[in-house]
This record gives sequence, structure tokens and C-alpha cells, in this order.
Amino acid sequence: MASDVQVLESAVVRFAGDSGDGMQLTGSQFTTSTALSGSDLSTFPDFPAEIRAPVGTTFGVSAFQINFGAKAIKTVGDRPDVLVAMNPAALKVNLMNLRPGGLLVVDTGTFNKRNLQKAGYEENPIGSHEFDTYQVIELDISKMTLEAVKDMGLGNKEALRCKNMWTLGLMLWMFSRKREPVISWLEKKFAKLPDVAAANVAALNAGHAFGETAELSATFKRYQIGTVHSEPGTYKTVTGSQALSWGIAAAGELAGLDIVLGSYPITPASPILHALSTMKEQGIVTFQAEDEIAAICAAIGASYGGALGVTSSSGPGIALKGEALGLAISTELPVVVINSQRGGPSTGLPTKTEQSDLYQAVYGRNGDAPLPVIATRSPGDCFETAIEACRLAVKYMTPVMLLTDGFIANAAEPWKLPDLDALEPFKVEFAKAPEGEEEFSPFVRNEQTLARHWPKPGVSGTEHRIGGIEKDYKSGHISYDPENHQKMTDLRHAKVEGIANDIPLQDVDQGEETGTLAVVGWGSTYGPISEAVKAARADGLNVSHIHIRYISPFPRNLETLLKGYDKILVPEMNAGQLKTVLRDKYLIDAKPFNKVSGQPFKIQEILDAIRAELAV
Amino acid sequence: MNELSTPKEKLTIKDFTSDQEVRWCPGCGDYAILKCMQRTLPEMGVTRENTVFVSGIGCSSRFPYYMNTYGFHTIHGRAPAIATGLKLANPDLDVWVVTGDGDGLSIGGNHLLHALRRDVDLNILLFNNKIYGLTKGQYSPTSDVGTRSPSTPTGSVDPSLNPISFALGSGARFIARTVDTAQKHMPGVFTRAHDFKGASFVEILQNCIVYNDSAWSDITEKKAAPERQLLVEHGEKMIFGAERNKGIRFNLDTFSLEVVVIGENGFTEDDILTHDETNRRMAQMLGELGANPGEPVAMGVLYAQQADHSYTDAVLGQVEAVKGKSTLKDLMYAGQTWEVK
Repeated sequence: MASDVQVLESAVVRFAGDSGDGMQLTGSQFTTSTALSGSDLSTFPDFPAEIRAPVGTTFGVSAFQINFGAKAIKTVGDRPDVLVAMNPAALKVNLMNLRPGGLLVVDTGTFNKRNLQKAGYEENPIGSHEFDTYQVIELDISKMTLEAVKDMGLGNKEALRCKNMWTLGLMLWMFSRKREPVISWLEKKFAKLPDVAAANVAALNAGHAFGETAELSATFKRYQIGTVHSEPGTYKTVTGSQALSWGIAAAGELAGLDIVLGSYPITPASPILHALSTMKEQGIVTFQAEDEIAAICAAIGASYGGALGVTSSSGPGIALKGEALGLAISTELPVVVINSQRGGPSTGLPTKTEQSDLYQAVYGRNGDAPLPVIATRSPGDCFETAIEACRLAVKYMTPVMLLTDGFIANAAEPWKLPDLDALEPFKVEFAKAPEGEEEFSPFVRNEQTLARHWPKPGVSGTEHRIGGIEKDYKSGHISYDPENHQKMTDLRHAKVEGIANDIPLQDVDQGEETGTLAVVGWGSTYGPISEAVKAARADGLNVSHIHIRYISPFPRNLETLLKGYDKILVPEMNAGQLKTVLRDKYLIDAKPFNKVSGQPFKIQEILDAIRAELAV
Repeated sequence: MNELSTPKEKLTIKDFTSDQEVRWCPGCGDYAILKCMQRTLPEMGVTRENTVFVSGIGCSSRFPYYMNTYGFHTIHGRAPAIATGLKLANPDLDVWVVTGDGDGLSIGGNHLLHALRRDVDLNILLFNNKIYGLTKGQYSPTSDVGTRSPSTPTGSVDPSLNPISFALGSGARFIARTVDTAQKHMPGVFTRAHDFKGASFVEILQNCIVYNDSAWSDITEKKAAPERQLLVEHGEKMIFGAERNKGIRFNLDTFSLEVVVIGENGFTEDDILTHDETNRRMAQMLGELGANPGEPVAMGVLYAQQADHSYTDAVLGQVEAVKGKSTLKDLMYAGQTWEVK
């Protein structure tokens, strides 16, 4: 029976279930199918820190949200239009965010006394007034999944594991998405377990068929979401970790250097270690060190040896790397340090996102120890930002901190694959032996960049000794001379400050270059700020959006630009860090707007803050 | 061995001596070790450009400044980690790590453990003076119990750590011990350490003249040495003593090594153990020898069992085996993509 198909501009779907229900897989497969259909999209995997939290508990709920549409999608969506709840705990945690009038799909098969109790329900919410504001589809998905796979020879437990595919099948039907990409993925994933592959495909088909044949269509609509008009090219769905790893590899080729990654497992940075570890065909060397300190030290050792050392971690690990960062600053060796930020302090919220390591990046070392800090804004943007971090590191002989976050690391978006041949190379030339009897100094500098040259062990005539002790400006030998230390400290600052002349001027993302209010952001808040400013401007408000990639040093026009607005509002997922740096640098009245709940900003929240600031 | 590692002309001690003024205290044991290294490297036939000294922090860690080779004076305890990264960038380099009992066994204990476990092809020299020198005399992990120091005015209580046992426990495959003043013994140990493919660990008993003078004198003084040092050689009987009449025997009842006098109590030379440097259990017992009265301290190569391939060969081999099979572009375009026209 053909059902009505309603055309939507965009929709937000949230899959929520127990940690063991396979919600991340369901979400990522829905994403693939959606991307292949040509919609723009943004995803938000939202999972607990526990690997297998006790079954049925609220803290064990894992969710995956996707916002997709026939227009440019910049955020994961403020509130889901559709919530799929695989158990009472998932319902309990997520229902409050479902848009009133939204569609709720629940697996009634899991709503037994025990699960309700674990989720903290005194009474079964199904059929209660709590559901009145939503369209509800109550299905015993567990039972229907068992039915669908009963001839596949799986045990009850294995059979029940297929219920995420049943649900996915139903959702693919509802949004008119294709099953083929999922089927081919399942067949590949379970190539060695044909029974399991067949059962999952059967469950997927059964869910889809249920939508097709059941009476659902009498009450519920199917949706069609069109394709977005993107620039011509080849597209792929990428996560931030993937794009960042590719960027590092691309930079190695552009610089003509081998890449050596030293890393230690930490959430949410590990996917970068994993991705680079699979890139042996591209010549990437990875080293899982004994700890965070060894990870950066190995990277520094590799750079000393003439490769480009890279280390990747999250806030707590970056804290441990602090002393070694000072060594790289003092010896002027290039190292790229990637921080996938998470909620802090201490262990904090390992799987939740925050951008609260800006102070740590800019200020967090002993001594006067400046280094360049740059931030990426979205999964696809990680590619370009990683290349830029590597370029600055080798050109200026300095460690560079690249800030990303847990949201960017795990989120996916369609990305136009870049033309690698069109990227600007920055080939590194190592130091050469001096002519004649002249003594070799490792601290001969480029007058323009102030970067020292880079000698490579194994080369005759450039033997030298360096270390973390203050060194003579010229010879590089140990020096405790007071004037020399002043000079070297000034030089290290001047070198980093000089990078402002080598980076693009700050642009205005939306709006006029002067005006009443500038909303200034950095990092993964790009999407919600952009949408909020767009909505505010559509309402006729005088507001512009400035998004900063270069945090230290700032672009050289930033001060003039910011002083062209009456007010500055800085939304951040921290307690106000960029705000402080802006105030310090420019003595401007930058106002903070902060959120540290571990969840990304909602568009509405920023829009409300804009209205409050403009008193409208 | 690559082309670089053989010098075009014969080098001398002068070639390996940097122009930097040595700043250790007069009479420090480090001078003797430095001289021995500068003297022995030309004998090994290595080049300056292919040699790198990496150190941490402490008196011993100033070593690289005085070698006219590549050198990296890093941060406290981290030299093994930095050296590991260096070897991953260029496995052909000859990398020496210079560390001390505080640097290597306290703040850097974790890195030393893992460099030894991984068997990274490094030559690790641990100068053991049983004290913190550069920070002015606090007790170290190898200090004897009861050591009075600024931080332990009433005597230290921590049991001391045996570096040889630590190295063996970490999985080291080359372990040796020598003494700063043993100018005849040390070169051979350095050469063996250098020639060994894998992590070579050398404990050097070193005297700190200012903060722990004579800490080893009961073992190293000329008069005491023959009775307190057992110089082991692979395939040779473990005989020592001024009279060369003492030997090491394995006592089955106590399951340990014991000192016997040849010709007394019915013991003959046949009862004396022959050193087998590939025997890990023997190395364990030799490393601990000297803890009891009357026992000598074992010197020389206590253990050497080279692995089939080095760590860097294994790590880089995985990359080399497939490198270039696909490009970055291939990788980026693999999987599910779509065209927008």
C-alpha cells in the first residue's frame, strides 16, 4: 500500500537505547544511507563513558542524533523531530528533548517491570498522559525481530541483537532511504559469519517491510527529504578524526617529511591514533607509548631526527605533556600537538564535549613559553586545519597546538573531497654544513620568520648539542647570561607573534564588518552560532558572526575588526576563556555566554542570548 | 650498518671531544667515563655524524655537551622515550642514552622499563652513584637504607633498588656492569653494548665525590677490588680473589650462588660455575650477587641474548612492507562516495 509522502526541508532523528543495543551503528548506517541520498547532514554520537554500563540503566543510555536536510545543515538540531527509544531508560533520558508533536517510536517489548524500575518509572509511561503531546508508535520490536530471524539458527540473545537493524529498516522506510548501502555493509562486516549477516539483513528487511505493509501509513506519514545543492565534486561522509588524520598525512607529503605519531589511548582522542595506525600504506609510523609523556617525547625525538613528530591526546594527557612542550619550545623543534577536548577538570566528562582547554593551550606551561594555537570548527575543516598546524610547525620550528573536541572528533558530515594536487607544498630543507672552518651553530635563524634551521642527525658537518637549558642566542651553547635570557625570551615571543603576518586576515562569516553586535566564536560552536546569527539577521537584528581559527597569535586585523562593533558576545562551551584572552589582548568588553553541560549549544540558546544582548 | 657508519679516515679521541668546558666537580667519576667513551668510539669505527647522545637531567645528563657528535639534553627521566622516537625517525643512527639512578630509576623508571621491554636498539648507560647530585645530595632509589641526606636527616628507610634486577625484570636482553675507574674493563663493555642489536643496559658504578664519596669504595678500591669484584666472561669459570682461589658455585640446597674456596672443603675447580651469558636465570643471580657478606659484585656482560630482529625493524617493517601500495588519494576516495554534478 502506498502511503502519503510529505516533503520536508530537514529533520532531526535521535536513536536512543542501551549501550549494548548498537545505537551508534544504527545511527552511522542511517547517516551513510542519508549521505548517499544527497542530503546535507550533521551527526552527534552521544554515548556514556562506561563500555558496558549495567543493562537498562539511565547512565547506560547511548544515543545518536542526526540532522539532515535539503539545505545546508550546520548543527545537529536543537530538538529531535523523531525519537526512537529502545528501552525505558532511553525514553526517560531523551523524551524531554523531543519536539512537541514529534514522533516517538518505542520498543514495548522492553517495557517490563524490571526495566521500568531501573529507569526510575513507577508506572509504565506507555499510554500515559505523558505521551499525549506526541505521535506515538508502540511496537514490540523485540518480538518482531525474533520472529524475523527465527529461521536463521541464532540463539535468543544473538537474535535480539538484530533489533537495531529492524528499527533501522523501519526508519529507512519512513524517510525513503535506501537499504542497499546498509546491506552491503552488513555483508562485508559479517563476511566470516554468514548466519549473522543474513539475520541482520532479514531484520532490516522486516523492519522496512513492516513500514511498507502495516497500517502505519494510515496514521503516520512517510517523509521525503530532498538533495542539497552542493558544489560539484566527489563527496564523502567524514568524521573529524578521519579528516584530521588525512590532513596530517597530506601535510607530511607537502613537507616532504615522514610522519611519526606518538600517542597514548585517551577518550575522545584515540580515533586519531587508530586512523593513523591504519595508514601504513601511506607511510605513517605510529607508536603507542607507555604514557602521555613518552608519547610527546617520542614525537620530539622523531622531529629531532628529521621526521615530523605528532602527538594526539585530550586535556588530561595534554597536561602531562606540558614539560615536554616546554622542551620543544626551548629547543625550537616542530611538533604538532592535537587536543581533542573533553569535559573537565580532571577526568571530568570523558565522552562529552567541551572547549575548556583554551587557557591550557595558550597559557598552560611553566616559564614564558609561547606557541601557536589554532582551532578547527567542523569535521571537514579538520583536514585543512591539520595541514596548517603542520605548516606552521615546520616553517617556524615550534610546537603547534591544534584544538579540536570530542564532538568534532566523532561527528560526521558530508565533505567535498579536496584536490590534493592543488595543495601548496611547503618542502623542508635541512641545515647544511658550514663552509670552511666555520663552527656550525644549530641556532642560525631565518631573519624573516626568526625560525632556526633544522639540522638532521646522520648529516656530516651539522653535529651539534641542544637541550632545555637556556642557550646562547648565536652559538646555541649553554648560557646563563642575564642579557641573553632576556633576548631569547623576547625572541621566542617575537617568533610566535610574527606568525600573525603569515596567516589570513580574520573574516566576518556573516553580516557587516562593523555594527551593533559581533558574536565571536571558535571551534565546534560554529554551527549553532552561524544558525542563530542567520535567524537573528532574518529578524532584522544588526548582528555579525566572527569565527576565529587562529587563537594564538590572533589575525593581525582582529583588534580593529572587533572595535568596529558596539558589543561583543562570546559563546563558549567553557566558563569564558576566549573572552578572557580577547579582553587581555585588546581591552575590549567581550561578554561571555557559557554552557558546560557536555552538550553542544542549541541554536535557540544563542539566539536568546543575542536578543538579550540587544535588549529586543 | 649503513654507509654513514664507517668513517672515511681513522678518527681519534680529539674528534669526539667537543669544545665545551667540562663542568663536573673536580674528581667526579663522570670524567673517567667521558674520557673512556671519547677514547673508545674511534676504536668502534663509528662516525661522529651517525652518533647521538641523548640524556635526561642530572649530573650524568650533561654528558652529551662534551661529545662532539649529535647530542640532545632533554628533560628529567624522558631520554629513553625521546631516543625511541629518534630511532623510529632514523633507525640507522647509533643512539646512546646517558642517565643516572635518579633520572633513570625514579622519575624516568617507566620509560626505562618500556625501552628495555621493547628492546629498542639503544645503548643505555646508567651512572649509579646512589645519590642525587645536581639537586644537592638527596637520597636516590639506589641509596642504601639509612642514608643520611638533606631529605632524610635521620636516615632513609626505603629499600634500595638493584638496577640489574630492574633491567632483567623489564625484559632487557643485554645487561652489563662496570666501574667508572675501570679504564681497562669499561671499553670492552661499551663495545659489546654498541654491537648488540637491541636495548643494551650498562650499569656504571660511579663515585660522587661531593655528596656520596666512597659509596662504592668497598668494591672498587684497588685493595678491595680483587676480593669484591667477579669479572665474568662468557665461557669462563667464575673465579676471583687476589689468590684466584675463590669461585662461584651453585648450591642446590639453598637454590642460590655461593662463594667457595677452591681446595677447601673438598671443592675443586670443577665445582665452579662457567659463565653463560645467554642464561637469564644465572644473570638474575649474578645481578644480585654482592648483597651478602663475602660475596663479590659481578662485573662484565651478565646477560646477552639478541632477538631475531630489532624493535625498529619490526615497527618500520610493518610500514615498509606495504608503503606505497595505496596513496592518500586512494584512501580518501575508498568506500562510499557520491558525485554532485
